[in-house]
Amino acid sequence: MPSDLACQDVSKRFGRFLAVDGVSFSVPGGSFFSILGPSGCGKTTLMRMIAGFEDPSGGDIRIDGRSVVDTPPNRRNVKMVFQHLALFPMMNVGENIAYGLRCRGMGREEIRRRVAAVLDRIGLPGVAEKQVHQLSGGQKQRIAIARCMVLEPDVLLLDEPLGALDLKLRERMKIELKLLQHQFNTTFLYITHDQSEALVMSDRVAVMNHGRFEQIGTPQDLYHAPATAFVAGFVGDTNRWDAAVVRTEGDRIAFATTSGDAMLGRWAEPSRHPAVGDRIAVFVRPEAIEVRRGAAGTVDGGEVNRLSGTVESILFNGAASRLLVRTAAGHIVEADLPQSGAAAGIAQGETVEVAWPAERARCFLAGAAAP
Amino acid sequence: MKTRDADRLALILLLTPFVMWIGLLIVLPHAGVVLLSLREKVAPRMFEYGLGNYIAFLKEPIYLNTLMRTAVMSLLVTALALLVAFPVAFYIAKVARARSRAALLLLCLVPLWVSDLVRAFGWIVLLRETGIVSSALQALGLAAGPVELLYNDATVVVGLVYTVVLFMIVPLVSTLDGMDDSLIEAGFNLGGSRLTVLRRIVVPYAMPGIVSGSIIVFMLTAGSYLTPVLLGGKTSMWFTEQIYDQFITRFNWESGAAFGVSLLVFTSLVVWIGLRLTGQQLATTVARR
Ligand SMILES: Nc1ncnc2c1ncn2[C@@H]1O[C@H](COP(=O)(O)OP(=O)(O)OP(=O)(O)O)[C@@H](O)[C@H]1O
Ligand SMILES: [Mg+2]
Repeated sequence: MPSDLACQDVSKRFGRFLAVDGVSFSVPGGSFFSILGPSGCGKTTLMRMIAGFEDPSGGDIRIDGRSVVDTPPNRRNVKMVFQHLALFPMMNVGENIAYGLRCRGMGREEIRRRVAAVLDRIGLPGVAEKQVHQLSGGQKQRIAIARCMVLEPDVLLLDEPLGALDLKLRERMKIELKLLQHQFNTTFLYITHDQSEALVMSDRVAVMNHGRFEQIGTPQDLYHAPATAFVAGFVGDTNRWDAAVVRTEGDRIAFATTSGDAMLGRWAEPSRHPAVGDRIAVFVRPEAIEVRRGAAGTVDGGEVNRLSGTVESILFNGAASRLLVRTAAGHIVEADLPQSGAAAGIAQGETVEVAWPAERARCFLAGAAAP
Repeated sequence: MKTRDADRLALILLLTPFVMWIGLLIVLPHAGVVLLSLREKVAPRMFEYGLGNYIAFLKEPIYLNTLMRTAVMSLLVTALALLVAFPVAFYIAKVARARSRAALLLLCLVPLWVSDLVRAFGWIVLLRETGIVSSALQALGLAAGPVELLYNDATVVVGLVYTVVLFMIVPLVSTLDGMDDSLIEAGFNLGGSRLTVLRRIVVPYAMPGIVSGSIIVFMLTAGSYLTPVLLGGKTSMWFTEQIYDQFITRFNWESGAAFGVSLLVFTSLVVWIGLRLTGQQLATTVARR
């Protein structure tokens, strides 16, 4: 697949601080690529280098196969949707969209036609004469995208464009953005610190931390096969326990949590190998944990971890409801709330048994702590 | 009710100084001047009300010419001040780091710490025939004899720009300060050249600052007295000199008052025309942010 955008070993240094540290990736044409990372990890800095507002301290950026490191920002065919949109307040909607076309020296009639066409495509026909402040948040969003798309860029950069919207609108815009990307069939590079935005919309996601990429993959890869402890903790909801290795057997690990529970897990970091006594971090997703009524039966010693405990609280949230169980040793296990079957209707204070396969307990060397 | 009364008292107490200030310093004197300008002397100690002073003013071409000249020169000073102030304001608001911003603004303020009079004499020390610039030119062999740099229009204009430029910089800095940097970046990102971004984004955004700065500077310049008189001497032909002349030299207060009112009306008219020509409205540009 031809790649519209490729970065090779791109770094950025602010004084002695390394904001972006040797990042390499390439984005296939027409796909939706997200960069996901916590605040301050260097996402915006990376995007500003792609747009040309910062010079990389090292590495190469290629757009449509050509290196653009020496190209000024106004000559790069990447357009950017800013975090606060940056619609020009002194122009009306039509003039905002026409701005880029006028910079290209296009004729008046042609501009009018294209502005009308792009407004049609984003589903806002006839707003060209409106002032920017007369639009709703979601409409402004779409105008900011239209203002870029009318220029038919190779890549559209979006820097947390949903950050300023309220929750409801954000949910709707997620879907709308994805549809717009399909419709325009343009490469989108999307920055966010919200993992659900990245998982929902993207074809591929890069998880960034401290200026480096931890993992690049499809949302499914990141969720089901995180490569590092950081990714395991950052993408999706998860239980995280600290533990020490007791025994290793291939990729099976026996470990004891800090509060004393003995469990089994799977080693998930192929690049490193654990030794007995190493401190590790264990991640188990709430949906992997099965909850049953009553006390634990005999532990059959197989590939399943079983613990008994009491229900500490119930966090009801529709289909995403959770159950917090305090185990006998005293730590908290977060599990999906069973809403049907024998375990439905569990109440606070009840004694329950929680169980999960060893396969679903992912172990990483501790150190790179997740937030 | 007690609280209601207390509220009212507080309101009255708060408003009193403001009303007194407006009333005593602005409304009363101006009303007095307008009344004065309408009095005509028909005989010693005998007065009648009428437009005679204004008619006399309009009939004398030298007065009208001076007024026109003052307005044109003030417009020139305003334009130059804008040209000088815009890059400075842009630097202070957008380029300089946050920490040096206050210091830079303070630096612009320094000339105002010195009184008008001393500042004008400073220019005279520099520019007179035996002044520093003239001596330097001779010493360098660039001039054969002493050069008189005072008493011409250029010097007056330069001196006035120097005096008023701060009043252009401050409103510009405050509007540009409120401008999100990403607007400029978006301007470049969408393909604009430096000139396009300046012309279509920065300047329109700064328009409220430009308008209020220009009005302040124009009014200050047209009404200034010391700088044109000291730097321009007899050639300056500034309208405020005529007013001074009527009041002090000729002791014709009625005519002086008429001159003063004419200046006020005329400069207001120029401001109004300026606003119309640039398509701005006073309320929206000055109040908008
Ligand atoms: N111009 C600059 N000078 C010095 N340091 C900077 C500069 N710009 C960014 N940084 C630093 O680089 C790091 C990364 O900043 P960046 O804006 O890229 O973070 P981000 O991932 O976009 O965070 P957020 O999600 O909060 O927007 C931060 O620690 C920041 O302090
Ligand atoms: Mg950012």
